[in-house]
Amino acid sequence: MERSLQGDTCAYRNLLVELTVGLRHVVRGRARAAGIDAEDVVQEVLLALHLKRGTWVRGTPVAPWVAAIARNKIVDGLRRRGHRTEIPLESVMETLWSDESDSEGQAHDLERVLGMLNERQREVVRAVSIEGHSAQEVAARLQMSEGAVRVTLHRSLKALAAMFRVVPSED
Amino acid sequence: MKTEELIRVLAADGSRPVVPVTRTLWRALGLGVLASTALLLLLLHPRADIPRAIFTVRFDFKLVFALLIAVSAMLFLKETARPLAPERWRWPLGLGPLLLLTGVVVELSTQPAAAWGGLLVGHNAVHCLSLIPMLSLPLVVCLLVALRRAAPMKPIVAGAIAGLVAGGVGSMLYALTCPDDSPLFVATWYSIAIAIVTSCAGWGGKRFLRW
Repeated sequence: MERSLQGDTCAYRNLLVELTVGLRHVVRGRARAAGIDAEDVVQEVLLALHLKRGTWVRGTPVAPWVAAIARNKIVDGLRRRGHRTEIPLESVMETLWSDESDSEGQAHDLERVLGMLNERQREVVRAVSIEGHSAQEVAARLQMSEGAVRVTLHRSLKALAAMFRVVPSED
Repeated sequence: MKTEELIRVLAADGSRPVVPVTRTLWRALGLGVLASTALLLLLLHPRADIPRAIFTVRFDFKLVFALLIAVSAMLFLKETARPLAPERWRWPLGLGPLLLLTGVVVELSTQPAAAWGGLLVGHNAVHCLSLIPMLSLPLVVCLLVALRRAAPMKPIVAGAIAGLVAGGVGSMLYALTCPDDSPLFVATWYSIAIAIVTSCAGWGGKRFLRW
C-alpha cells in the first residue's frame, strides 16, 4: 500500500488485483440477493478506493480502511439499484453464471457512463484500458503532452465517479 | 469495460505520489485563516483601544471563547474527513459552551439586573450576525474544497465541523472590531452567528461532500 501511494504503478496494480478478489467475494452475496450485477458494484468500489486513497493514513491497517470505503459504496450502489421488488430471471442467471467462473466479469454500468465522457477523455481512457498503453505512448499517439494525458485521465476518472453517483442504473 | 481494464487505468493514474488528505486539510486551514484575516483588514478595522482592552478580562474572554470553539472543532476535522475513525472523546466540544456559561454566570452576579438588557442588546447585534458569517466564509470555502478530496462517512457532520472551525475563527476576528465585551452579548449573538455558519456548512457538506 505504502509503495502504491508513492506512485509505484506496478505495486499499485497488484494491490488492486488482490483487493478485487476479496471485493468480489463480499459483493456477490449481497448483489445476488438484490438481483444486480456484482461486477458493476466491484468496479464502483475500485474507482472510489482509487480516488480516495489519500485518506488512508500511513502505518495504519489497510483492511479496515478498504472495508469502510467498500461498505459505503456497496450500500450506496445497492440502494440506488435495488428499488425494484421483482428480480428478472435473466439477471439472476447472469449472476449465477458469473459466480461459476471466477474470471473477469463484463460490467455494463461503467461502459454506459464511459459514453458520457467527452471524446478526448474517452479516447485516452480507452487507449490506456483496452490497448494498455502508458501515458507516454498515449501522448505520442494523440499528439498531446504527457502531462495533458495524465490530467485528462485523472479528470475522466473523477467524472466517471460523479456520474455513477447521479445516473440511475438500468438493468 | 472489464475490471482488469479498469485496474489498468487506475494504476496508470496512480503514477504520482498521492498527497495525504490531512496535509490538504492543514493547508486549507492555513490558507483560509489568512484569507479571512485579510478580509478583516481590508473591510473592517480592529478597535483602536486594543492595547488597553487586551488587559481586560472581558475582552480576553471573548477571544479565548472563540479560540476554544475553533480549536476544539479542529481536533475533529481530521477524523470526520476519513471513512473510518477511532471513536474519540467528544468532550472537547463542550469546553467552549462551558466557558461561555461560566462567563454568563459571573457577569450576571457582578452586574446589576437593570444593566442586563443593555449589555445583552449591545451596540452592534446586527453587525455581529452579519460580519461573523462573512469573516468565516473564506475559511469555510477552503475547508469544504479540501474535504471534497476526503471521504467523510458523515458528510453533514464533516461540513458542520468545518463550519464550527470557521465560525470560531470568524468570531475571533470579529471580536477584534466588536465594541461589546459582555459575556451576555457573546452568549447571545456570537452563539447565533456561529450556529448560522455551522448549519450552513452542514448543509454544504450534505450538498458537496457526498462521494
